[in-house]
Formats: sequence, C-alpha cells, structure tokens
Amino acid sequence: MEIPYTVKPRPDTGIYNAKVGIWLFLASEVMLFGGLFSAYVLLRVGADEGYWPHGWLDVRLGTLNTVLLALSAITTLLAWVACKVGQFGRFKFFHACTIVLALTFLGVKMYEYHDKWIHYEIKLKDGRFADGHMIASDDTSVTIEGRYVTDEKALYDLRSQGPIPRDEIKISRSDILSMENYGPWHNTFLALYFTLTGLHALHILGGTLVIGYLWGPGSRMWKKDPERFTNRIEVSGLFWHFVDLVWIFLFPVLYLT
Amino acid sequence: MNSEIQQFPPSRHSTVSHEQEHGHSEDAHHQENAHHEPNFWQKYIFSSDHKIIGLQYGITSLAFMWLALMLMLLMRWQIAHPGKPVPIFGPVLASILGQPAAGGVISPDLYNSFGAMHGTMMIFLGIVPLAFAAFGNYVVPLMIGAPDMAFPRVNMASYQAYFLGSLVMFVSFFIPGGAAQAGWTSYSPLATSIPTHGQLFWIIGMVLLITSSLLGAVNFIATIIQLRAPGMTWMRLPFFVWAQFVTAFLLLLAFPPLEAASLMQLMDNVAHTSFFLPTGLAVGGNLAHISGGGSPLLWQHLFWFLGHPEVYVLILPAMGAVCEIIANNTRKPIWGYKSLVYSVLTIGFLSFIVWAHHMYMTGMGTKISTFFQATTMIISIPSVIILTCLFISLWGGSIRFNTPMLFALAFLPMFGIGGLTGLPLGFNLSDVHLHDTYYVIAHFHYVVAPGTIFGLFAGLYYWFPKITGRKMNEFWGRVHFVCSLIFMNIVFMPMFAQGMAGMLRRMSDGGANYSAAMNSRAGADVVGGLSDNMMSLHVWILWAAIALGIAQIPFIINLFWSIKHGEKVGDNPWQATTLEWQAPTPPPHGNFEHVPHVYRGPYEYSVPGHDTDFTPQNEPERPVGSKVSLATAH
Repeated sequence: MEIPYTVKPRPDTGIYNAKVGIWLFLASEVMLFGGLFSAYVLLRVGADEGYWPHGWLDVRLGTLNTVLLALSAITTLLAWVACKVGQFGRFKFFHACTIVLALTFLGVKMYEYHDKWIHYEIKLKDGRFADGHMIASDDTSVTIEGRYVTDEKALYDLRSQGPIPRDEIKISRSDILSMENYGPWHNTFLALYFTLTGLHALHILGGTLVIGYLWGPGSRMWKKDPERFTNRIEVSGLFWHFVDLVWIFLFPVLYLT
Repeated sequence: MNSEIQQFPPSRHSTVSHEQEHGHSEDAHHQENAHHEPNFWQKYIFSSDHKIIGLQYGITSLAFMWLALMLMLLMRWQIAHPGKPVPIFGPVLASILGQPAAGGVISPDLYNSFGAMHGTMMIFLGIVPLAFAAFGNYVVPLMIGAPDMAFPRVNMASYQAYFLGSLVMFVSFFIPGGAAQAGWTSYSPLATSIPTHGQLFWIIGMVLLITSSLLGAVNFIATIIQLRAPGMTWMRLPFFVWAQFVTAFLLLLAFPPLEAASLMQLMDNVAHTSFFLPTGLAVGGNLAHISGGGSPLLWQHLFWFLGHPEVYVLILPAMGAVCEIIANNTRKPIWGYKSLVYSVLTIGFLSFIVWAHHMYMTGMGTKISTFFQATTMIISIPSVIILTCLFISLWGGSIRFNTPMLFALAFLPMFGIGGLTGLPLGFNLSDVHLHDTYYVIAHFHYVVAPGTIFGLFAGLYYWFPKITGRKMNEFWGRVHFVCSLIFMNIVFMPMFAQGMAGMLRRMSDGGANYSAAMNSRAGADVVGGLSDNMMSLHVWILWAAIALGIAQIPFIINLFWSIKHGEKVGDNPWQATTLEWQAPTPPPHGNFEHVPHVYRGPYEYSVPGHDTDFTPQNEPERPVGSKVSLATAH
C-alpha cells in the first residue's frame, strides 16, 4: 500500500496531506509566538513607572521592513498562481523577487541590530550619563556621538523630547563608572526586542532557505510532477504568509508604542 | 480558498479507480524493492516505516525509564539513610561522577540533580515517547487502516530529534557541575542561579524534545484526519485513536509556550537577559549583576501552561490502551463509546485552562485562584465519566484474566486513587497545607506510575503478538503484575500520610532536619516536628522501591526472551475486532495487502446471530462477492 492523498485532496476533507500538516504546524507556531507575546504583555505591565522605553527603534526602518514583507507576501501569492496556471517563467520571476525582498529585510534587520550593538549608555562618576554611538575607543578614552543627561529617565522616553542631539563627546576612561551597550542584557525591552525579532528573523531565514531551494534545485520537480511542485509552493507560501503576519504584530508592539 | 483557480480538479473518488490506482502503484513499489533490498542501517536505524520508528521510540524510552528508576532508588537510599554511602552502587557512582558522589555518598547537590533528572527522564524521555510516540506510531496507522504515517520522513526526523535531545540530557550528568538541579519544573530564578551548565544542557535538550513532539503531533493529527481507510468514519475510530488524537493536539498546542519559555531561559543563561530575574535578585548573598525587571511568575505560567496538559498527555494514551483491552477481554462492546469520545475531547479543551492550580502558593491572587479552582473541579467530571464507562463495561462480561487484562483492570482503581486524591490539591484552601509535600508526590505518582505505566504495560503485553507473532510468557507476566501492584502501593501509599504530616518534598535528607527526634535534641524551645513513625516509613519505602525494581526484571527478560521463544500465535490471537489485528503479522512495509474497507464500529463483540463472538471492523455487511458501494459504507 502506498500513502494516499500526498498530492490529490482527500474527497471528504478537501485537502491534501501536506496542507493539513502545515496548518497544524502554523497552529503550534501561533502558540510559540503567543507565549512570547504574553511574556511581552506581562513584563511591560510589570515594568517600573517611567522605565519602559519609547521611541528606541527607528520607525522609518520598521516601516520599510513592513513594506518589504508585504510585497514579498504578494510575490509569493503570484508565484503560486503562476504555478497554478502553468507559467513556470513567471513563477521563477516572482519567487526571485520574494527571495530578494527577504534578504533585503534581513539586511535592514542586521543594520538595526548593529546600531544597537554600538550604542552605549555610560554611567559617569559625577552622576551624569553619556549616551550615544561609539565612534572610537582606546585605553584612555572613549568617543561617542551622543549627549549627556542628568536624569536616567530621559534616556527612556525619547518620543516626547524632540530631536536628540548627536554631538561628538570624548570621555576619559577614568571618569567612567560603568558602561554597557544596548544588547539584550541592557533591559527588558531590549531583551524582548532581540528575542522576538531574532526568532522572527530565524523564521525569515528558514523560509528563505526553503523558498530558495524550491526556486533553485527543487524546481526540477516542475517537469516531472507539476501538481506536487505547485503544492510545495502553496505550503511554503502558507508558512511565508504566517511569518509576515508575525511581523505585522511585532512592528506596532515594538516600534510604534 | 483555491477552488476557483484549482487547475487539477480532484478525481472523483470511487472504489474502482481507487483500487486500480492502488494496484498500479503497488506493482511499481514491488519492482523498486526487488532492485535494492534495504540493509541493516536503512531498515532499522534510518527507517521511515512507522512500525520501526515506533519500536525505536519504545526501546529508547524503556531504557530511559529504567535509568530514571535507578536514579529514584539511589535517591530513596539517600532519603532513608542520609549521608550514608550507597551499598554496591556507591563506589561505582564515586568513580563515574567524582566529587559529588565522593565516598559513595550522594551529596545534596547530586540528590538535586537526580531529582530533576528523574522527573525529566520519566516524563519527557520515558512516558511521553512510550505512550504517545511508540504506541501511537506502531498502532494508530494500523488501527485506521493506513499504510504508514502521513509524513514518514518527518516521522524519522521526529525520532532523531528525540534521540539527540535524550543524548544531550544524558551527557549532562558527566559535565563539571553535573546535570540540572532545579527540579523538572526548572523554576527561575533558581534554575538560572545554580552554577552548573547542566541547566543549559537541560534547556537545549528540552528544545530538541519539544521539536520532536511537535513533528510527531503534526504527523499524528494529519494521519488520523487524512489516512483513515474508506468507511472509517470518526465515530468508528477505536477509542485508542481518539485518545492519541487529543493527545497530539495537546502536544501541538501546549508545548510551544514551554519552548518560548525555554528560549527565554536560554537567553537569561547565555545572553544575560532578565526575563525571569526580578530586580534586586541576590545570589549567594551578593546582588546579581543583572538588569532586572523580569518575572519569576512568568516562567511558572508558561511552564504550567504546558505542565498541565502534559498530565493528560501522559494519561490519555494509557486510557485508550486500557479501553481497547477491556473491550477485547470482556467480549462485549465498550459501554458509552460516545460518552468516552466526548469526554476525551472535553478533557483536551479544559486541560488548557487549569494550569494555575499548580500556583496557588505563588501569591498570584485569590480571584485567579478561584477561577482555576473552578475549572479544575470541572475537569474531573469527564475523567470520572471515562473511568465510570470503563468500570460499567466490566458488568456482565465473561472476563478473560490474561496479563494485559490484569494490568488494565489494575489501572482503574490505581488511576482512581490518583485522580481523587488530586481534588484536595485542586481546592486552594486545602492545597495551602498540602502544597509541595509528599502528598503531592503520592498523588501524581498514583496517576502516572501505577496508572499510566500499568496502562502501558497492558498495551505492551497486548500488542506484543502483533509486533513479533509471539505472545509474551503468561506466567512471568502475572508474576510481574502481582509484584508490581503490591510494591507500587507500598511505595506510594505511605507518602500520603507523610505528606499530610507535613513532610516536604525535595529534601535530600528526607526531612531529618525537621524531625521530632532532631528537634528534641535542639532544646526545649523547639517542639513538634515529623514523628519517628513518619520518618521510619522512609525505610519501608526504600525496600519496597528496591523490590519494585527487581519485579521489573522478569518483565525485561520476558520481553526479550519472547521475541524468539514465545508461544507462536496467528494474526489475531486475542480475537479482536480492530483493524491492526486484521493485518499480516508482523505487518510488512505498507501494512495491508489491500486497502481495508470498514463497515462497522470498533467494538462489535458478541453480536447476537454472528458465528464468532467478534466481528472485525472490515467484515462486510453482506456476503463477500456482492457489490458493496463505497457510498453506503460511508
């Protein structure tokens, strides 16, 4: 006996096996990200007054990434439609677009991570704080592009402050009490930011690898078994749409609030 | 969604086309097989056949259960005789683990490791893989008349992820600092504060195990939805399949939040985030160098969101197996099949909204406690319905007392004790007294050890003839049963008393520091404490536990001996109705020679007017040869 309904839909359920599988997998993914989002809610509600960051992330870059993923959702759909109507060339074109868009998204994300990585909060011995991007550092001093503040809270709510000054500041190491960059260890918001977007970026990477495989070596199946190949494009597309959808939640939760 | 643009309309399903199509592919398959016979590695190690994968899961999980049992015996020795070297095994431990077991004495740190790993191994490496993955893999496709699982290669990946995860867990014993020490619940900040990389191994192991059960769960559900044989409607599914179906949904939806929590704990460990670490946390008397702002309660919520459905993951497959065996050995239909099905579905749903009854003592608030107390009381109703249906099924049956049936029968009162003693823990008022005492240990062990494990033993003895074509030895099976039953009860029954007397769990000295004997030595101003009676029960439990371990030896020998030397039997030695017994023995790759057609429900035993006292599900309504259209079979 062979396994039935691997390609053709089962008459009484109306779908083929892999499609059931991917929907179930997506259900579990909803629970996975649901667990992380509930962590976000609980930790944000429990945060100390005035210490939840606002405006730490660049809304323009976030919007750009949102547009990139929205476009990739469209090209993914069009790639599947192209398979459905038997236009292999169009499929190749649209999924090439998907892959380029996805890689651009990851590139922008890397830039954003790097921006946080070189961003330092420096506690000075005179009680002030220096905050900005590291330009240079040696044994005796560090140079940042940023500003001084006297109240640490001023570093948290950037949205109500207008433009943030970015002056070149040179600080002697002997004046520094402690310094820490904006990594996941810096505070709970950044921990959530790196974990949530990091897991999402891994999903983007995984989806890109699958779509890249189906676009490249995997597309040989088109000649032998176009129906099965089309199913694969549909199933991988469903995953891609889910990953897009997660971003649609991440963007307002992290960038806009 | 795609019906408008559907270029390849689904072919009309008919008996004729189905069989033609099928016959063709089978020929092609045979030719393929003739060309390359799979070698040992392809056949047994990297197999995608659901039966081989089921066996792989079964053997690995039984090995881990044995290992976890050994850990428990070492812990029981330490509890009964704190600080005394372990006889026989002590020097061995000292030479393998070094400092933590110096002089053959189990140090408190090592005790904590063993406690954490006993729980982790029994649950995640032992019972879930055995009950769900091993039995489910082997039996479910056969029961629904499918050739294999829906995604055989995903199935193989599922086992490999499990194997890798179990390896990571196992290796963690031998790293400096030893295995995880924060209990199977791994509460933060304790789990993050203990200076051992064992916790890191634990987390990575868990992520792999969760991945494995996710792949398995997707596969099971897709298989049950898509690959049911023609005529196998939902209400003709054997109850075992229903139980596995609900179990798969629990694994699918309850595990991911723990995966999320594990990722966050991993970040706490590796990236020094503070998801679960509160502001002002002190470790070893010093303020921890963390950003703070985390929530220990968050971990508990996410953990128990898995943790409670997990209890039903453990028990439902065993209930399913017990149901099959009871129907078969009472030779009558199961009483209240539909009640069973609806109850198991209700349990599945309710198990997602009872988790915080593990957290009454955390200070999460009385209103929340009240809600979870209410749902907890409600979930006991479907459980009691299932148990009642199984009890009533015994009424008026001509019962065959073979080994599987003995285990199945013992399951009923044992699970009953386990379940009913859970009610005082579900009421938050009485839980305040019983929380984290030996009462809790006794309660959940009654559910899992003499409950689930007996159900699984019943299943092993029952389905063994399908796997090997031979029965396991009946006499030694009974010896195994009687000894297990007696010693299980001697081990766990006294713990109820100890717990109610106030003995806390997780103490490496078994509460000696809180005993009346110790207190009287301390001076006149300290009164009370655990009485000598309560303390002396530890010794009873130790010897009963050792006897319980020894009682498993006949089973292990029987299991391996019977593969070659057991009594030879035919395809259907128990005269059962369900489809797995209508397949050849052992079932070949692809299971059935022809697609089985199902014409009736799963438990048609002793149908009046029928020649035999059982009517297999695939026996046609009319004499063979007359035309049976599929439409009527649906």
